[in-house]
Amino acid sequence: MNGSQKKARRVVLIGPSAIILAGLKSLLADSGNGEFEVCGTFDNPERFAERAPLLKPDLILVDPIVFDFQRRTALRFYFEELPQVALIAIVYGFVEPEVLKQYHGSVLIYDDGRKIVRKLRQAMEARRTETEPAGEGYELTDRESEILVSVAKGMTNKEIADAHHISVHTVISHRKNITRKTGIKTVSGLTVYALLNNLIDQSEIE
Amino acid sequence: MKHLLFTERMKMADLVHANYRLLFVLPRFGIQLGFGDKSIAEICSSYGVSESLFLLVCNVYTFEDFLPDPAQLHAFTADDLTGYLRRSHEDYIRHQIPEIRQQVIALANCCEPKNGRILERFFDDYSREVMNHFDYEETVVFPYIHTLSKGESSNEGYSIGQFEENHSNIEEKLGDLKNILIKYLPDLAQGSSRNTLLLDLFLLEDDLNKHSLIEDRILVPLVEQLEERRR
Repeated sequence: MNGSQKKARRVVLIGPSAIILAGLKSLLADSGNGEFEVCGTFDNPERFAERAPLLKPDLILVDPIVFDFQRRTALRFYFEELPQVALIAIVYGFVEPEVLKQYHGSVLIYDDGRKIVRKLRQAMEARRTETEPAGEGYELTDRESEILVSVAKGMTNKEIADAHHISVHTVISHRKNITRKTGIKTVSGLTVYALLNNLIDQSEIE
Repeated sequence: MKHLLFTERMKMADLVHANYRLLFVLPRFGIQLGFGDKSIAEICSSYGVSESLFLLVCNVYTFEDFLPDPAQLHAFTADDLTGYLRRSHEDYIRHQIPEIRQQVIALANCCEPKNGRILERFFDDYSREVMNHFDYEETVVFPYIHTLSKGESSNEGYSIGQFEENHSNIEEKLGDLKNILIKYLPDLAQGSSRNTLLLDLFLLEDDLNKHSLIEDRILVPLVEQLEERRR
């Protein structure tokens, strides 16, 4: 209801059958123990797309039939703007394996509530492992530390690229990694990080 | 979700129980505690506050998905809204940020002198940026809206479309400050003053996010309507 109940996973349902959507919604309300909360139902993906930025769903349950045939195998492309979302197919008949492969999971309309909840959890798990960066740690590499020092000194990307004989593109990708690893986004924040870790001295930035 | 929204018939006391963060909002409308069993409608009228604006703000503040109906934006004046936003700014500048600054200074005094100075400087940098942003809104955006709502045209070539991008850097800096305190500043202080500071920063962050949400969901659409009407 309000901010304090945030824990519930936000679910969007997309499909042309009002009966199926309403059924799923009430099943999730009954058997999810508040774990899943339907925050929107839509009869087509375009309608949903308009509201997507506000709804911020964690899971999207979608009847594959809402996509025209060609798009069914390019599903990820369609939901590109929502990289964190787990996609689950609502299945009630035969669906080509090619199509099903695009989703993180599927629920059968003949499944009972508990099974559906379990499948949603599995789909979220599948989604999570997919995004995990492959074995990269949180320590800055030597190169990244050097770049960080340059950033902290107030150098532009172009200046950093020239000083280190690398392309601006590479500088940007180093900076992205630095921000991902340190959790710090602004230049002045990175300066503080560099100072606290004795990578630079106060006198160097004045 | 409509049936869950706050309405004028609710008791004001229940509103606070439903979302205690509205305690930040009430003083900005000049509303003081001790409401007994009075309804929102009664309290608003006794303070001369626009009931519809008050409800709109509380609903945006509380329900993440809530998007005001365009028709609701005419139930109050643009000056009601900018007045509220101005008082919010004042609350940040006069109370919230200085109080947090006191805590930052106290913490800085317990750090190694070098680190203390770094922390203080970063915080002052942040608060300066917040104030510049508010200042920009009050000297450029609000007067523009005022002229617009009087039906006069201003020919400065400004439009509300230019307004929206401005918040992100301020939000990022606050996020960095939190991370510096959580992850990087060596902790020498006894007791939990640093935790208290962090809790206050989290509350400030939430409140500022809601403040920009109010601007994005109420102010911007309202001004877009006014701009539309002028054409």
